[in-house]
Amino acid sequence: MAGLTGRMSTVVKAKVSKLLDRAEDPAETLDYSYQKQVEQLQNVKKGIADVVTAKKRLQMQESTLKQSVVKLDTQARQALSGGQEDLARQALERKNVAQTELQGLDTQVAELEEQQQKLTDSEQKLRAKIESFRTKKEVIKAQYSAAEAQVRISEAATGVGEQMADVGLAMQRAVDKTENMKARADAVSELEAAGTFDDITALGSGEDDIDRQLKSLSSQSAVDDDLAKMRAEIGAGDGGGAAPAGEIAAPGEPTPSETAVPAEATQAPPTEGGTAGGEAGGQS
Amino acid sequence: MIVRISGEDQYRLADSDSARLNELENAVVAIVDGGREDGFADAYDALLDYVRARGERVGDEEIETSDLILPPPDLTFAEAGREFTGEGLIPD
Repeated sequence: MAGLTGRMSTVVKAKVSKLLDRAEDPAETLDYSYQKQVEQLQNVKKGIADVVTAKKRLQMQESTLKQSVVKLDTQARQALSGGQEDLARQALERKNVAQTELQGLDTQVAELEEQQQKLTDSEQKLRAKIESFRTKKEVIKAQYSAAEAQVRISEAATGVGEQMADVGLAMQRAVDKTENMKARADAVSELEAAGTFDDITALGSGEDDIDRQLKSLSSQSAVDDDLAKMRAEIGAGDGGGAAPAGEIAAPGEPTPSETAVPAEATQAPPTEGGTAGGEAGGQS
Repeated sequence: MIVRISGEDQYRLADSDSARLNELENAVVAIVDGGREDGFADAYDALLDYVRARGERVGDEEIETSDLILPPPDLTFAEAGREFTGEGLIPD
């Protein structure tokens, strides 16, 4: 026969059979296996809870980082307004680092979210499988004690045994996955907590050392861009505040009155008011 | 013929499906042997999808021994490699 000779499935099946051959008392083995499955399901549930906790911790770190991005941006703006460009640059460098970390955290949280969903789905499936296994094992046990040495029973027992092995395998994989996810989340979380994070937000202390680290981390050109943008914004803001006339006569768009009234305008009051006042004076 | 996808379900397929099944499985094994990680996921999915599409799910109330047992759907390339070199999903 050409079929059923696949190497992969043969290997897997051989292993399952081997596992089952070890079982001496089917009834006992089935009960023990069921008990183990139930325990494992608890482990899966606990694993999911751990993943959720790890995710929440990352989300909290995320929100702290978001706050410091806002804070650093404000600080940079203030520094630049006060003419302290170096300080502004430093704040922006730190903001840059914080933003990069934030992106990394976003990815991690999204991944954890996805894994959590998958694990929850598989936990539900596993629960159904365990329940069905429980029913089947009772059927087998009843048959076994009723007619112990019958060959047909061993065949059915093999079917249940195979399922037993399969549920066990699925369970083990689910537990492994939750452990992996938790370990990864913890690693990220610890890295964040122990890393430069505190230093980033503490502007003004231990600057020399931190500066060197930050400069190597952050992209200088991004900071330059930020700085230029900020300077432009602050520049525009200052212009508006200091010279309200800018609203009436936007630069590059001279009003007709301005062109009509040349150099003498310096002595005269504002153009429109001046014209109105002159007319009124002439009439009286 | 009964095929189990580990961690998923058992499926009942016609015996005549075995030739194609074998082809698909051998393709996966060849990819693993050749160390071609890129093609692994697609090839393995093709095998599983064939089983799901051609097969009829075996009900929970039935107790059947499988003729074929395939590894779980989330099998990784690395796991597949270990599987065929002896250190498998189910420890010896």
